[in-house]
Amino acid sequence: MTEFSFKITDFVRIKNQRIFHRKDLIFKTEKSLGLDQFLKEAYQNLKITYPKFHKMDGLCKLGILASEVLFKDHFISPDTALVLSNSASSLETDKKHQLAMSEMVSPAIFVYTLPNIVLGEISIKHKLQSENVFFIENRFNPELLMDYAEVLLETKKAPAVVCGWIDLKNAEYDVFLCLISKEGEIPLSKENLKQLYLFENE
Amino acid sequence: MSDLRTELKQSIIEQLNLEELELADIDNDQPLFGDGLGLDSIDVLELIVMLEKDYGIKLTDPEQGKEIFASIDKMAEFIEANRTK
Amino acid sequence: MKKIYLLDDAIISPQGFSTEENLIAVKNEKSGLKFHKNNKFPSEGFYAGIIENELLTEAFSKIGNPKKFTKLEQMMLLAVSSVLKNNPNLNLSETALIISTTKGNIDLLTNSSFPENRVYLSELGDVIKNFFGFQLQTIVISNACISGGLALAVAKRFIAAEKFDQAIVVGGDLVSEFVLSGFNSFQAMSAEACRPFSKNRTGINLGEAAAAVLVSSKKPKKSINISLIGEASANDANHISGPSRTGEGLYKSIKNALKEAQISAKNIDYVSAHGTATAYNDEMEAVAFNRLGLSEVPVNSFKGAYGHTLGASALLESILTKHSLLNNELYTSLNFDEIGVSKPLNVIRGFEKKELNFALKTASGFGGCNLALVFKKELDD
Repeated sequence: MTEFSFKITDFVRIKNQRIFHRKDLIFKTEKSLGLDQFLKEAYQNLKITYPKFHKMDGLCKLGILASEVLFKDHFISPDTALVLSNSASSLETDKKHQLAMSEMVSPAIFVYTLPNIVLGEISIKHKLQSENVFFIENRFNPELLMDYAEVLLETKKAPAVVCGWIDLKNAEYDVFLCLISKEGEIPLSKENLKQLYLFENE
Repeated sequence: MSDLRTELKQSIIEQLNLEELELADIDNDQPLFGDGLGLDSIDVLELIVMLEKDYGIKLTDPEQGKEIFASIDKMAEFIEANRTK
Repeated sequence: MKKIYLLDDAIISPQGFSTEENLIAVKNEKSGLKFHKNNKFPSEGFYAGIIENELLTEAFSKIGNPKKFTKLEQMMLLAVSSVLKNNPNLNLSETALIISTTKGNIDLLTNSSFPENRVYLSELGDVIKNFFGFQLQTIVISNACISGGLALAVAKRFIAAEKFDQAIVVGGDLVSEFVLSGFNSFQAMSAEACRPFSKNRTGINLGEAAAAVLVSSKKPKKSINISLIGEASANDANHISGPSRTGEGLYKSIKNALKEAQISAKNIDYVSAHGTATAYNDEMEAVAFNRLGLSEVPVNSFKGAYGHTLGASALLESILTKHSLLNNELYTSLNFDEIGVSKPLNVIRGFEKKELNFALKTASGFGGCNLALVFKKELDD
């Protein structure tokens, strides 16, 4: 049904202590370092200057790292839609809030107990005033993301879309973000999204 | 520099995740909000929690917060006058 | 123009377990908000709209075993069941299921009567899907307080793209200790029944509810129908918990929704606002509405009647908006004292009969998200 043909213009993969930009490994650390240290070192390595980063929860830090890499070679329109998904919602931070409830609730923790906050953080940093949605699926669902991205692009609700998966569960992270637009060589398809996601997927 | 002021700077850096700051980076009379350290509304709420947890002072009006937390000096003065811990 | 029709709906709330009961309550200026004693809170308690467990269990026992389902599941299943009962010929293998919730079964973090995995929102989706036997897509949306309306927009977008022809959209959220304690730490809770847009507003009340709507691309053979003809969402890109002072995201959402609907702000007869009664939200909405020339359009908030029902709110309030249009009725914005925002608004102070053709529903949420929906009443001559 697509008279337009959209492309996977760029993509980022963050998993198992590694960050891949397209298929190039651009950063890695040892597993023994743990999540917080990985995030901190990635932030430093990518030379991101954004002190607010340190206030964010794990999910948002992952989103900022991924979008930083994804956006760096492109002009990103402020109407670029954000279509993200995961299985755990904000559960990692929810558990922290639950713990805090027995002592003293922290507003800075509570504010991150929603999965769409990562869309807000990316929007603020990159000044995107665009369509957002956060879907919950039990595993990466390329068809849903592709279908929704196409709808936004074809109805001109967005000139470009960032879609993908950003999951954080028991300190294990699994991030795959794509920039979808008319530019690039890889056609947007369920198969292509799936293949790129499975890349480096031990 | 009094112990309380040092303590406050330490607390603020930890509580508010100001990772890229050192104690020496915060002056006693420097504005903490706006252009100063760039703290925001959630930071005010966190400082209110800190006031209660560490010094036993319960603030029920967050509007007071902006005045009390205007600088390290202002905070120290307020705490010295009202602390119950 | 690609649009969807709102065929049928159900509301499960402290005001009743059907849309009809809820409409009677709203029309008669009744509120589901009650004071609940709890000394963890300032003023020794809080106002909230909470569904009585016994009433819920009793109603749910007619369709399932209450021991096997959580409170939220019982609420959402009852809502869907009600709609399906009225539409027995609905083919579930051709009907998508779209679910909206912010925290789902979050109370299960401290309740071991259900397996740990039940807290996952996709599990909630499976419970609802399997209870009725939906066979087409199940989509779960968790996008803060715009989720319920965003779910309607997503339904319209996929229906317009011919992914499916019809869908049941269901939203729900609980009043949980988890959320109460969080909003309390934000100092955002009012010690009294909330007062949207009022000078003396002091914050939100929470509420729990479930709501379900059947939507379709096919126009029903009725003489009057309500359709969703325009919708848009936009992030403020300002702050994750405070709205933009100039209402950027909401302004953009309303503008784009009106453009898609091919009407102008002048055509809007009624606005169902988000109106949470926080200092910032209500002020932001007033600014956005004024920027669009909507200052004289009758506007209300339903938060005084239900509290803020989070993932259910935009959906529940869209249902009330639909019936406002159908009945040509404007419902009172409860607990309004005098205007407390910096821009003029025409707040509905008492029940009124008025001819209404187009309505605007708005919602905003944490993370800087905003949403606008434009509804139209279509009369068959």
